[in-house]
Amino acid sequence: MSNVDIDAKIPNNVDLAGDRRLQRALEQWQPKFVRWWEDLGPAAFKRNPVYLRTAVAVGQEGWANFDHVEMPDYRWGVFLAEPEPDRRIAFGDHKGEPVWQEVPGEYRSDLRRLIVVQGDTEPASVEQQRHLSLTAPSLYDMRNLFQVNVEEGRHLWAMVYLLHRYFGRDGRQEADEMLERHSGDPDNPRILGAFNEETPDWLSFFMFTYFTDRDGKYQLASLRESAFDPLSRTCDFMLKEEAHHMFVGATGVGRVVQRTIDLMHEHDTDDVQPHGGINLDVLQKYVNFHYSVSLDLFGAETSTNAANYFAAGLKGRFKEESRDDDHQLKSVYRLVPEATDDGIGTREVTQLAALNETLRDDYTEDCQKGVDRWNRSLADAGIDFRLRLPHAGFHRDVGTFRSRHVSPDGLLLSDEEWQANASSWLPTDADRAHVQSLMVGVTEPGKMAGWVAPPSRGIHQQPVDYEYVKI
Amino acid sequence: MTDQTIDFRTDPSRYRHWKLSIEPPVATLTMEVDPDGGLRSDYELKTNSYDLGVDIELHDAVERLRFEHPDVKVVVVTGGLDKIFCAGANIQMLAGATHEHKVNFCKFTNETRNSIEDATDNSRQIWIAAVNGTAAGGGYELALACDEILLVDDRSSAVSLPEIPLLAVLPGTGGLTRVVEKRHVRRDLADAFATRTEGIRGQTAIDWGLVDHLAPASGFHDLIAQRVAERAADSDRPADATGIDLTPLQRSIDGDAVEYGFVKVAIDRSTGSAAITVSAPSTDQPTTGEELQAAGAEAWLVQAVRELDDAILHLRFNETEIGTWVLRTVGAIDGVVQAETVIGADPDHWLVREVRLLWARTLKRLDVSARSLVALVEPGSCFAGTLAELVLAADRSFMLDGTWEDEDDPPPPPSMRLTAANLGWYPMSNDLSRLQTRFWGRDAAYKAAAELVGKDLLADAAARAELVTFTPDDIDWPDEIRLTLEERNSFSPDALTGMEANYRFVGPETMETKIFSRLSAWQNWIFQRPNAVGPEGALQRFGTGSRPDYDPRRV
Repeated sequence: MSNVDIDAKIPNNVDLAGDRRLQRALEQWQPKFVRWWEDLGPAAFKRNPVYLRTAVAVGQEGWANFDHVEMPDYRWGVFLAEPEPDRRIAFGDHKGEPVWQEVPGEYRSDLRRLIVVQGDTEPASVEQQRHLSLTAPSLYDMRNLFQVNVEEGRHLWAMVYLLHRYFGRDGRQEADEMLERHSGDPDNPRILGAFNEETPDWLSFFMFTYFTDRDGKYQLASLRESAFDPLSRTCDFMLKEEAHHMFVGATGVGRVVQRTIDLMHEHDTDDVQPHGGINLDVLQKYVNFHYSVSLDLFGAETSTNAANYFAAGLKGRFKEESRDDDHQLKSVYRLVPEATDDGIGTREVTQLAALNETLRDDYTEDCQKGVDRWNRSLADAGIDFRLRLPHAGFHRDVGTFRSRHVSPDGLLLSDEEWQANASSWLPTDADRAHVQSLMVGVTEPGKMAGWVAPPSRGIHQQPVDYEYVKI
Repeated sequence: MTDQTIDFRTDPSRYRHWKLSIEPPVATLTMEVDPDGGLRSDYELKTNSYDLGVDIELHDAVERLRFEHPDVKVVVVTGGLDKIFCAGANIQMLAGATHEHKVNFCKFTNETRNSIEDATDNSRQIWIAAVNGTAAGGGYELALACDEILLVDDRSSAVSLPEIPLLAVLPGTGGLTRVVEKRHVRRDLADAFATRTEGIRGQTAIDWGLVDHLAPASGFHDLIAQRVAERAADSDRPADATGIDLTPLQRSIDGDAVEYGFVKVAIDRSTGSAAITVSAPSTDQPTTGEELQAAGAEAWLVQAVRELDDAILHLRFNETEIGTWVLRTVGAIDGVVQAETVIGADPDHWLVREVRLLWARTLKRLDVSARSLVALVEPGSCFAGTLAELVLAADRSFMLDGTWEDEDDPPPPPSMRLTAANLGWYPMSNDLSRLQTRFWGRDAAYKAAAELVGKDLLADAAARAELVTFTPDDIDWPDEIRLTLEERNSFSPDALTGMEANYRFVGPETMETKIFSRLSAWQNWIFQRPNAVGPEGALQRFGTGSRPDYDPRRV
């Protein structure tokens, strides 16, 4: 039996005290997690008290408790959203049947795979970001980084909970392997490519939380529709926390844009680089990069896996129930892009076959909103430059655009044309070096690094100069 | 198919198609099929053609001759109609049967022919076919299962395998295999034989090796008598022993529960599975052949295996949608070991030998059943020796590591025990023990496992010895089992059957493995092809006067 009172240590609403299986899971897995956090979690400020939000319950009041906590003492909670009475499967071949409280044997492998792929991204991003605290542009930002990190850690717990609780021995093994794969490890990489890219600087971090975490939001939202009710409820609760990550990205990029505007005005120039800022064209390159690698995460335009998952009821669409169609999608059609040697066109396929593309469309629409906000700042400042999302075919490694060169405007390019222009579309070594040169840690409360504007307000009604991390 | 439950239990007083006369040392089994006695009413069993019902009686006779008549050393099987020995399986019956019935029918008839060979080879009850008229198709295959074939030379009686030219299917009960493998007929002559509707008569049949002895009608009885006398001398069966009565099996079917004395079947339709539970004896069992003979059909070794055999057949034919059989046992390991001791202690006693051979046949029946077999080794189970064969026969096995922790008074954790029974008492159709088959090509692993004979193995030890597949603890157990059964139930039954059949029989080929794999696989393919079963195929056109219209493409 455990020598720690797991139930008290782990806030939960899954009857941890009465569930031997889960107790054993946590007893065996928790030390491995702690070791992983120690080895591959944040590299600095490990023991500094951080003003963190901790979920202690799922209700309005419960999920946002703020206090200074040392990260190793963070209470990794296991929470499922409250069950919805008489919930029914909303789509696919089982539409209208009651949702499943246990994993049906028929879908064991598929569900496990979905959970493992989702779960693997959570510790991956912590690993990708582990050195960033050393160069945090402010205590406010450092706190946000750590908040994102601990919540990714909790999301890992959520997925591990499902694996342990519902998938037996195989599930436990998968849970262990999620701590054994490491971002960027050539021999044992994370499952998805984007999670093996390093997050070398804070601009990348903001872009990552805006674009890549947003993919996570859409994946979680489609898993929230799952007929497997515990997965649905887990994802539902994770989405609340994920919103903060989006916020960190959207406001982070926005503050960089604002600072660049301020420097452009102050020095009356478009080139703020000599003044410690980041030029708008470099920001555009970062947008191009992060948006395109995030698009890859949605998979190929047409996918039998996605169709099978949908038909089986494992993974729905974003806001499935508010969609006005038959929710089976076998005889409704849509166009998907198709790149051939002759150019970029479209072809018609069943919506069932094109679920990845549909989710990617929703994602793109969502991404555009933040870009529009950043552009409003530019317009308000009287600057003509506009940030924009590149064409879906730009810099893609998955699907119909793979191994083709497409400009941000959507033109099919020859190798030569691509080579000639790539440096104006994607961050160059020089761009990255400049951004890197700006990365200096600022640990005085209220102070900001010179490349980013202060936030408009602090966290949880605290002032911006609050001591978010006690140094 | 009829919706009626097919019952395999019968006895000579209820036979409609066979006459059994016993005059030790010979028994004569005469086939005289009642044309109106078919299991379905849409065909007539003319000219000694047979359906499953006819073969159920044959199967019963084969078993009874072995157990009830130790003094019968030679069995003569012959025909009771004029100029007809046996015309084989009834074509209208086959044409109207579902695919699964055809396949099950062929499997069962094959098993019965194998048991005829087993009687000759291992019980020394020697079967002679007295082919006193035409033996066509399955009729000749019945003769092929006998140890020698006597053919009447009346210028009309022939032996033939006309399936290919007439019906566009294969002879389904081992005919092709036995012609070349057992009788060593040259393959080109065998080819000529199997494509010749009218078959082969007289001296040519002798010359080609299709039959062993020939006599004119007037001398046929003398030939039979001469062969019986000669072969009876080959037999080691006792002249003075008393047989045991194979008393009617007591079985009750109540919804999804089928209950016998030591065997219980519980069907779970939601997972398409049936739990087959075999109980250990709770009383002391005979330790010598004499005691076993005195205990008769009520001895655990006899009763349990007869019940298991019947349960397997019942599930095969009457519960075709139940795709997974979960093998369980209940009782004391020592009880099982005590009960089987007699097989090791008194192996040459005629009845002890019969009992061991019956277990071997029944376990083989399990091996060739087109069902997923999952063994569960739980607290209170008794997978030892003879019953440990169930674990070794299974496609997957689960053994509980530990006990049911949540029970107020947790039972001891389960163990299993290998005995001499696992080292060769019950060979599979590949002629290897299940333990040898499990470790085919891995002599060290086999040796290590064999050295554990007599030891009680907890889950950990059983897993280390590679005797079980997975050893979940009590927390994982319910989910592991549920998920396994549900997952199994979601796969294609055909693909599972194919996979299981491929994995179960490693190692050398025997006549039996060829019949159950090569012949059956080809036959099952042919049974699906339009050339046989399509509207213009041979089975549909047979007897209509229209010729079949074949798709000429070779596949």
